[in-house]
Amino acid sequence: MKRTIFSNQLLPWLLLAPQLIITFVFFLWPAAQAIRQSFLREDAFGTRTTFVGLENFVRLWNSPEYLNSLQVTAVFAISVTVLSMGLSLLLAIAVDRMIRSTRVYTTLLVWPYAVAPAVAGILWWFIFNPTIGIMPYLLGGLGYDWNHIQSKSDAMTLVVIASAWKQISYNFLFFLAGLQAIPASLREAAAIDGAGPVRRFFDITFPLLSPTTFFLLVVNIVYAMFDTFGVIDATTEGGPAQATNIMVYKVYFDGFVGQNLGSSAAQSVVLMALVLVLTVIQFRYVEKKVAY
Amino acid sequence: MIRYSTASVVALVASLGAAQAETNIDWWHAMGGELGAKLEEIAQGFNDSQDEYRVTPSYKGTYPETMTAAIAAFRANQQPAIVQVFEVGTGTMMAADGAIVPVHQLMADHGQDFDAAAFLPSVVGYYTDGDGNMLSMPFNSSTPILYYNKTVFEAAGLDPETPPTTWAELEQFSNQIKESGAASCGFTTQWISWIQTENLSAWHNQPIGTLENGFGGLDSRLSLNGPVQVKHWENLKRWSDEGIFKYGGPVGADNAAPMFYSQECAMMMGSSASRAGVIANSSAYELGFGMLPYYDDVEGAPQNSIIGGASLWVLSGKSDEEYAAAAALFDYLTQPEVQADWASFTGYLPITQAAYDAMESFHAENPGADTGIRQITLNEPTENSKGLRFGSYVQIRGVIDEEFEQLLSGSKDAQGALDAVVARGDDLLEQFQAQNQ
Repeated sequence: MKRTIFSNQLLPWLLLAPQLIITFVFFLWPAAQAIRQSFLREDAFGTRTTFVGLENFVRLWNSPEYLNSLQVTAVFAISVTVLSMGLSLLLAIAVDRMIRSTRVYTTLLVWPYAVAPAVAGILWWFIFNPTIGIMPYLLGGLGYDWNHIQSKSDAMTLVVIASAWKQISYNFLFFLAGLQAIPASLREAAAIDGAGPVRRFFDITFPLLSPTTFFLLVVNIVYAMFDTFGVIDATTEGGPAQATNIMVYKVYFDGFVGQNLGSSAAQSVVLMALVLVLTVIQFRYVEKKVAY
Repeated sequence: MIRYSTASVVALVASLGAAQAETNIDWWHAMGGELGAKLEEIAQGFNDSQDEYRVTPSYKGTYPETMTAAIAAFRANQQPAIVQVFEVGTGTMMAADGAIVPVHQLMADHGQDFDAAAFLPSVVGYYTDGDGNMLSMPFNSSTPILYYNKTVFEAAGLDPETPPTTWAELEQFSNQIKESGAASCGFTTQWISWIQTENLSAWHNQPIGTLENGFGGLDSRLSLNGPVQVKHWENLKRWSDEGIFKYGGPVGADNAAPMFYSQECAMMMGSSASRAGVIANSSAYELGFGMLPYYDDVEGAPQNSIIGGASLWVLSGKSDEEYAAAAALFDYLTQPEVQADWASFTGYLPITQAAYDAMESFHAENPGADTGIRQITLNEPTENSKGLRFGSYVQIRGVIDEEFEQLLSGSKDAQGALDAVVARGDDLLEQFQAQNQ
């Protein structure tokens, strides 16, 4: 690592100041406020405030709705991650074999990434709308009565598809880059030794892709847990009967719609702790244990 | 966390509307589209009627968004003088006595001629305190009514001029419609919470909560798991299974109106304020209006229906001149001509007797337009039917929708679902009481 010695003690701080100020104002200060708020009970207008210790947290652990939300978040995050990573790996392998058309396919596959989550949500909402959508009409022809307004599993399927679709582009780019970084000679050598395409994939390609895969795993879990608010809000709003009420959406709903700031703050503190754990896993475990 | 950034954006927007020579006040509202244009027209009318005050309306999004924006702005000391709050936010606003200026006090302080007796009791009752003092100014109030498709009725062999009056008739008509193939579903409804639970209770004179549906104080709890409500939810589940009722979704039920417009369902229970929209979408068939159905074996039914919609709240922390401006605006809004114009354009209910009288010719020319007002004035409101007032009610409405969905999916029966509404709702009410005492 290159070291620079500053003769002036102030200069390095000055140079760091913009980033430090932004971090403080937009991350540390609000986070501190959330922690403070999580120990308080307050009416919506902030005219009466009481310190209640851990009551907000105790209520959360005793609330079947919150435990349900934890479970929903887990199912949702795992489904989105598996679906979007699986599909993008398939697509990346397919494109990796192309010789001349790689760029065209890559461009086409990256398009969905430019769509805002809320817009993606609206798109899928239209396609799957039980009254006016095209998919329920087609599924009805096949004898399946699609109704995500009433059926919990249909609703979960809808938000998983909409969220995974948006993330496929991102995963695809990383997988493709990862595939192209694997020296062709390794696969050729295996082929000469008589390994078939499936064997070559599982013995050579997939292990060499593991750094990319682990990186994407963390990124996708974080995406599914925190960045899918727009999709949920535009499609199911957490329903029916809280079947798609993931933790981030519940923080928003309880805080902004329900005006229960203490509980909402306690929930965001729990989320903060989760992000911390995920970050530690990424830096401590994944970066060290994965073979490059 | 996000709350603080919202507050600062709100503050920035508020500071842009800087003061001019005349006293300028902000009026935050949640009326989009045509309703918003009409509201701006009314504000313009007020500004043109005098040169002392100027009101600037700003559209702040949906009802919950508008209320959240006003609360965030209040916490950042950048609140508007007037904010439109939907009826389920009433409990929250009322409990915040340090944050609001009651309308009766505002009018008295600024010498506005204000006669509480001129207002229609079934509208204003929702927004008065225990002593009959008006706390907020009713602005847009509506009540649910029955819309039906006369063309489908005729095709099914029913009399197109006779809407069902009881639930038994509604079931029988629906079956006949479905069996004859005139439409594939009998009826749908907007708002399971507002129409099929709260209004159902009021219409049958059943309590929604203890202590006069919450009017009596913060220690009120829910009681809408009574026999009438349970029987009705049981019926809805059965009708849904039989295919004569179709669920249109939570909250206002986005899918209900399209099912009615497309003639999939022959009847729809919806807000009287949807009238203009329903008419605009019903050119392919003849439209009829009726009152909500009732169970004729329940004593005292039909009682009267209750209102929904929104009222205008005055927030504290403003100057005397600004309050004088707010009082002048409220005086303008209650003029019979202004009221009658707003009510006939939108389908909302007039709030004063004089405005109702001024609409006589409009009602004569537009059959069905007075269904809502006849329904809310059908009988003198009882303590079960003058409205409801609970804290955290936005969330409780969410609970009602969720438990109804549990009922539809078969994981709970009607009694179980309504018991769960009461248990979960009471938990929210307990927390609200603790926050506000």
